[in-house]
Amino acid sequence: MKPAFRNLSPEAPCVEILWDGAPLQLPNGANLAGALLAAGIGTFRKTPVSGAPRAPYCMMGSCYDCLVTIAGVTRQACQVTVSAGLVVAPAGGSDA
Amino acid sequence: MRDLLILGAGPAGMAAATEAARLGLSATLLDEAEGPGGQIYRAITTGGASRAPLLGADYMHGATLAKDLMASPVEQIFTATVWDIAKSAEGVTLTYSRNGQAAQITGKTLLLVTGAIERPVPIPGWTLPGVMTAGAGQILLKASGILPERAVLAGSGPLLYLLAVQMARAGMPPLALVETQSTRDILRAAPLLLPGLRGWRTLLKGLGLLAELRRHGVRRITAATDLAVLGTDHATALRFRAQGRVQEIACATVMLHQGVVPNTQATRALRLDHQWLPRQRAFAPVCDASGATSAPGIYVAGDGSGIAGAKAAADAGRLAALTIAASLGHLTEAARRAQSRAPAARLSAERALRAFLDTAYPVPEAVLRPADGTTVCRCEEITAGQIRNWGRKGAMGPNQLKAFGRPGMGPCQGRSCALTLTELLAETHGSSPAEIGLGRIRPPLKPVTLGELASLHEGDTPL
Repeated sequence: MKPAFRNLSPEAPCVEILWDGAPLQLPNGANLAGALLAAGIGTFRKTPVSGAPRAPYCMMGSCYDCLVTIAGVTRQACQVTVSAGLVVAPAGGSDA
Repeated sequence: MRDLLILGAGPAGMAAATEAARLGLSATLLDEAEGPGGQIYRAITTGGASRAPLLGADYMHGATLAKDLMASPVEQIFTATVWDIAKSAEGVTLTYSRNGQAAQITGKTLLLVTGAIERPVPIPGWTLPGVMTAGAGQILLKASGILPERAVLAGSGPLLYLLAVQMARAGMPPLALVETQSTRDILRAAPLLLPGLRGWRTLLKGLGLLAELRRHGVRRITAATDLAVLGTDHATALRFRAQGRVQEIACATVMLHQGVVPNTQATRALRLDHQWLPRQRAFAPVCDASGATSAPGIYVAGDGSGIAGAKAAADAGRLAALTIAASLGHLTEAARRAQSRAPAARLSAERALRAFLDTAYPVPEAVLRPADGTTVCRCEEITAGQIRNWGRKGAMGPNQLKAFGRPGMGPCQGRSCALTLTELLAETHGSSPAEIGLGRIRPPLKPVTLGELASLHEGDTPL
């Protein structure tokens, strides 16, 4: 899918992380939720209630829709900074 | 034990901390973000300032506040997630997590400056990926330097104009602004303009934004009703009714806004007295002009005590710091009064325009009390119809609703639905939101891992 977001400063140096098992280059030190959106990740997780797809809604730690797991711990992607080697996956399973 | 703990590093927190240090208080400032700024000045000391031409002079004002803070001796703890606040005879203890560890910090007094959150905008399709708040759009621009490619901004309020202008300046204007307020709302607000004229600077800025939008040729549709986001796995269009017909605009992103409301998670967890603000259609902690709440030694300032904007927040923070310093014997009452005059006058001018803005950009009934089929609790996926049904079955308040379903009990702990639950129950029982009240908030305020809990050494040893 064509990314829905455009990066205004694409020259930032990138590091490699794993998203749902696949390598992804993201700007080092960037906000994880913003960086995933800019990389074209449109769905962050599926809800445990109905399996509905979700992605960041508020970007300020309030809505909890950007939940991912990082090394197995559930975190708000909008409150995490990108660093080399992060192992990130959709919260609640990898079928998102 | 410190003199003052400050929770939140937005304009109110930065100004209060700087002022407290100037007055000789030992103060510690905690925030969840990586640096100062809060949401309005997000990333002001990191990437945000490099985008000054897009973001404008108002955003850059935050750099002044941050510089003063950085030059002060205030202890600053960032990336700290506070998840418990406990009162004791001596003062207050905050418990927080940072880098996977937990710690406690104690203070004689506490200033809660936790700001605002976006008002929930429960319309059909608002849970789809691709739907965000206008505030999220601003944060993505400030902190990440990214903008949506094909976006529609929808709802009501001056923030939509600011975001649209910033997008247009970046060469990526929104496809359209779909606004819910009508000419009738503006006319109804007109008599409030004269008493609000002390806020003329804000008014001029708003008119300037509208003129800039016209120059950029951004399409504006007003008096829109029946808003719905279409799509199955992702937003694909916004549908609405305007000019007597149903219209659709295909898009990849919808950014919603119906104003902001005080973030009351921490003040409610502390069981402070709260009041219903009928014009803002929100609750706020009860406080006096200095921010003193119903609990001795606990103060509030900024948008968390009622929406008035960033400039007002900074002055409210200064006023609270002056009062706290006087209460701890660092300042005479006469000096407090003299030094409070200038910030109090500025605060009053900043607040003058609020009545006009709240009336000119009202929240539509269909957003306050959505149709039965609309999801209101995003986490537990509960509809407005279910809430009304449980209300008819005897749930008199948000706490009783929890026994029927789980509204407000998911990961967000009601941040995205609390006001809607209250409005729906008030409608069902023919009472007022003030009578219904809000649900209880209990610790932890934010999720905490067992590992973090196990690492906690009680006492006063900051990480």
